[in-house]
Amino acid sequence: MGRETEDMIVNQKDMLQKEGYLEAVTHLLFQLADDDFILAYRGSEWLGLAPHIEEDVAFSSISQDTMGHAAMFYSLLEELGAGDADKLAHARLAKDRKNAILLELANGPGTYLNEPQYDWAFTVVRNFFYVQAKKVKILSLKNTSYQPMAEAAVKVNMELYYHLLHWKTWFMQLIGAGGEARTRMEKAVTDVFKDLGGLFSQGATAVAFGENQLIDTEEQLIAAWKHEMTPIFDSLEMKMPKKFGMEKGDGRNGEHTQDLEAAIETLSEVYRLDVKASW
Amino acid sequence: MVNIISAGQPTEEAKYEQFMKRIEAGEKIEAEDWMPENYRMTLIKLISMHGISEIMGALPEKEWVPKAPTLKRKLGIMAKVQDEMGHGQLLLRVTEDLMKPLGKTREDILQDLLSGRLKFHNVFHMETKSWGDAGLIGWLVDGAAIITQTNMLDASYGPYARALKRICAEEVFHAQHGEAIILALAEGTKEQRAMVQDALNRWWEALLMFFGPGDAATTGTSKQDTTIKYRIRTKTNEELRQDFFTKYIPRVLSLGLELPDEEMYFDKEDGLWKYQQPDWSKFKEIIQNKGPKSNERLRLREIAYSNNKWVIDALQH
Ligand SMILES: [Fe+2]
Ligand SMILES: [Fe+2]
Repeated sequence: MGRETEDMIVNQKDMLQKEGYLEAVTHLLFQLADDDFILAYRGSEWLGLAPHIEEDVAFSSISQDTMGHAAMFYSLLEELGAGDADKLAHARLAKDRKNAILLELANGPGTYLNEPQYDWAFTVVRNFFYVQAKKVKILSLKNTSYQPMAEAAVKVNMELYYHLLHWKTWFMQLIGAGGEARTRMEKAVTDVFKDLGGLFSQGATAVAFGENQLIDTEEQLIAAWKHEMTPIFDSLEMKMPKKFGMEKGDGRNGEHTQDLEAAIETLSEVYRLDVKASW
Repeated sequence: MVNIISAGQPTEEAKYEQFMKRIEAGEKIEAEDWMPENYRMTLIKLISMHGISEIMGALPEKEWVPKAPTLKRKLGIMAKVQDEMGHGQLLLRVTEDLMKPLGKTREDILQDLLSGRLKFHNVFHMETKSWGDAGLIGWLVDGAAIITQTNMLDASYGPYARALKRICAEEVFHAQHGEAIILALAEGTKEQRAMVQDALNRWWEALLMFFGPGDAATTGTSKQDTTIKYRIRTKTNEELRQDFFTKYIPRVLSLGLELPDEEMYFDKEDGLWKYQQPDWSKFKEIIQNKGPKSNERLRLREIAYSNNKWVIDALQH
């Protein structure tokens, strides 16, 4: 082991001793893990129902990457003593989850088993805006003070290029098509902006994130997101609102909707049959 | 115009003879090659049904994708079902090339599915009830698929043979994925073991039917003779079913599971498994889209189609 690595590990240990540091890291990891987990779950509900078969294959591949990222963040939490990764993903109640509300909202009317009248416009907009926000966060996390999270960010970043390209293509194509597609997309954009603020929110832990140099501030992240998105909006002659809403509440503080309750019930149905069993 | 058969233009019969000679010599037929109309139609029917079955086959397992009990299982089953959609895509492309001279497209295949003209495999009309079914499908349904598909790996139609090669390579992973789920359950709690046994009991008849009836006497028609003549497959339905038993019965027993057929045994005299026939009248019902889940699964495809029609329209813009 090199001298530098040794120093780094000593530093990391010191930092985790620091008052409030462990708690702040834990909170941030929960935000990242829960965001990816619930959106990947929503993606998995689409399987077999996408607009065409090629898209089913591509979307599923993205959902798997996203679920993989969630698993990585949960395992960092496990290392920090937060508990078993599968338990963190499956057994926590809605009020203990930190994901943004935008990501938990159902794909549309119906369930994936019964009359899934899913909304492709909403799915495209939500995923595109989310991946761009995730990209901005991941870039900031490359410089985080918590080294294992910085290393995870490097891995995640490699896969985001394709995700971003995929959703951007859909976004441009459907809005560019005009007519009914544009109308539907514009409505989805308006709806998503109503809760987009929740993606950037750092909840009650925002100050602690800053004090411990874990990630850029909400304002910095939003500015970076707008910087990337503005040219796209301009080219499509679309307007971006000045402020992003959080109409349904702040998921970072444990506020959630019935949609999340229902999702947890489904995603943990088998797990709950026997939480001690090995599956 | 005077109708002249020039020396350079062989008659249909000559072309047919030449074609049969080629396939009997083990040569591969390609999409642009001349082929008898009956061969083309047989292939279209077979491969479009295979392709659409991959796509419809994603649905029973998909029921368990969001419910998979651990992060690892969630990832595993997502990847597996995605592969099946990928197989469907690959096979529909092979079919599209064959249909080109008929002026038909993928849209027609999907319409034929929804109207009931195009059937999907009988095994995918069945209901799933537990996580044990998700494991059992991967293990034994994919296991059965490996056996039927391996039987066509050397198919005379080149594009199909090549697609099958890729598909079979992935199917091996699917069977391993299913076996891993089943193994965890079989080595687990009493309830988990009961879950596997129950799944096996409920899927047994469907697994027997998987390979199709032994001969045309059972259901009135059978395509197996035509496909053997055209060198698309080599073994009969019954030979495939016997291969399946030989491969999987020992594995089922080694997991401590009971065979759902108490009278089943291996007859050393003729080297064949003796088993109770499934109810073939049920099979006839199922392939007419009157199986336990036929309507629900077709409804899902119909929704995917109608609900996203605006998207497809926009893409053609
Ligand atoms: Fe397959
Ligand atoms: Fe498979």
